Amino acid sequence: MLMDAEVIDKKRNPRIMKNNLMKMLFLFSTLIGLVILIVLLSTTLLDGWRYLTLDFFTNFSSSRPSRAGVKGAIIGTLWLMAFTTPIAIFLSVGTALYLEEYAPKNKFTKFVETNIANLAGVPSVVFGLLGLTIFVRQFGLGNSVLAASLTLALMIMPVIVVASQEALRTVPVAVREASIGMGASKWQTVYRIILPAAIPGIITGIILAISRAIGETAPLVVIGIPVALLATPSSPLDSFQALPMQIYNWVKMPQAEFQNLTAAGIIVLLALLMMMNLVAIVIRNKYSKRY
Amino acid sequence: MKQKLLSLLAIFLMGFVLTGCGSTSADSEKADGSDNAKLSKNEKIIGDGSSTVFPILEIVNEEFNAEYGKAAEIGVSGTGAGFDKFIAGETDFQNASRGIKDEEKKALEDAGIEYTELQVGTDGLTVAVNMSNDFVTDLTFEELYKIYKGEAKTWKDVRSDFPNEEIKVYGPDQSHGTHDFFVEEVMNDEDVVGELIQDTNQVVNAVASDEYAIGFFGYNYYLNNQDTLKAISIKGPDNEEAVEPTEENVKSFEYPLSRPLYIYVSNKSVKENNSVKTFLNYTLEISQDAAVEAGYVGLDDVKLKEEQDKLESIK
Repeated sequence: MLMDAEVIDKKRNPRIMKNNLMKMLFLFSTLIGLVILIVLLSTTLLDGWRYLTLDFFTNFSSSRPSRAGVKGAIIGTLWLMAFTTPIAIFLSVGTALYLEEYAPKNKFTKFVETNIANLAGVPSVVFGLLGLTIFVRQFGLGNSVLAASLTLALMIMPVIVVASQEALRTVPVAVREASIGMGASKWQTVYRIILPAAIPGIITGIILAISRAIGETAPLVVIGIPVALLATPSSPLDSFQALPMQIYNWVKMPQAEFQNLTAAGIIVLLALLMMMNLVAIVIRNKYSKRY
Repeated sequence: MKQKLLSLLAIFLMGFVLTGCGSTSADSEKADGSDNAKLSKNEKIIGDGSSTVFPILEIVNEEFNAEYGKAAEIGVSGTGAGFDKFIAGETDFQNASRGIKDEEKKALEDAGIEYTELQVGTDGLTVAVNMSNDFVTDLTFEELYKIYKGEAKTWKDVRSDFPNEEIKVYGPDQSHGTHDFFVEEVMNDEDVVGELIQDTNQVVNAVASDEYAIGFFGYNYYLNNQDTLKAISIKGPDNEEAVEPTEENVKSFEYPLSRPLYIYVSNKSVKENNSVKTFLNYTLEISQDAAVEAGYVGLDDVKLKEEQDKLESIK
């Protein structure tokens, strides 16, 4: 034996200990987030689940806690998302395709890309002010579904653009060249080869972006979305209520019962969010299997 | 390959499916308007402004909807931001928890918007301490000024027989008309030193959890938290002695921090939009009950008649 077992232990033990220490540290970081999430969810569920009655879903907002519901807010939020999503997808995927597939790789393109990335860091209230000045006042859309959708679509656009660009870049050059080599045009290559291959990554970006849009309150406050509106919209030019605004308004009310309604509202918002994400994930998985 | 394109389309269409379920509900909603519905469906009633006045208008709106099968759209962007919209001509009426400021008057003049001020109730801005605080029962305006100016660091600095404990000072922040009113009445327009919080419920919580804290808020926040808060009697410059914030004292303006709750209405809207006029008439009609239900004090009959005459005289 060249080495004494004791010497080996002496050299090895500190390393193993250090390794274990780091492992515990990282586990701790993970658990902190998890524990906080569980605490938040469980207190919200405990406070709110008793209030999730049928009446809660069929009543409009009210100043009397016993009669307050989220009917207007749920339908309003669905309307909002129904317009925000297609507008955002059209704008962002279009931008990403242009930048990645068509635009020449020069300083200007780089400049545009950097600015889009910076846009992702702009506070949402600033987008609200933009929406108020341009869509609500300049375009005369008022505090309508369309004005709010356009504002939110612009707000979430950078997230989808960046995610889509990443996804487009992962499509192997060989596949593109093969397609072009077969005589396909740029557009044929894009929609038959590149887009289908990049869809999972693009949809991941869309999921993240919509999750942000559905819970956003600040831009809606600035645009002036009403919290008392006893009607649901029947066209995109009608005004509407939104769930996050409803929650924001309830949490400020002096009556204690409104705090429980707030929790119930949060549960509804989370459920809505999960449902929308589920649809997107199903679509994503469908594509992932093929490619 | 067609399938992929179809699936892509499906994502886009997902949105429009949702649109579908939205509009069916909207139709069914219109059906349950009552027989009293004689107001034009096309006329909108739009209001915005103070979150303090909002609960009164929300109650009015619900009753109005039950009666006429039509409702107003009311936002809560705050008194200041609401005036912005009123000046831009976007709203028919503006809820305000303070009187209109000179610069707002000027802006309305410049925009050519004539308006009328209507009072819909009275609030008693309540100064409160923790339930277990047994040494403070009343304060004067001067003492409040010292506390909120930061000149009095401890309760002993306020009055020599108070304990030598640090005062924790709380209040709602600048976005609230409540803050503006306090600064105007008590602070002679000087800034408040203390922790100013956006969410009034957090002011209540802070005072309720600290024995040596003090805070102020609308009367309804006190009414809903009487088990954890103790209201302070206030002696203003016109009072012989400290006055308790009770319904009678607020109504008679004997309580020095009583403040009127207003709606400012656009004369043009009242003249041209029958729905707005009907809504505002109805608001005044049930304002006494609505104010009480919202946790405020209603107008007395004389004042109510005055406000109704004011609205009637817009021609």
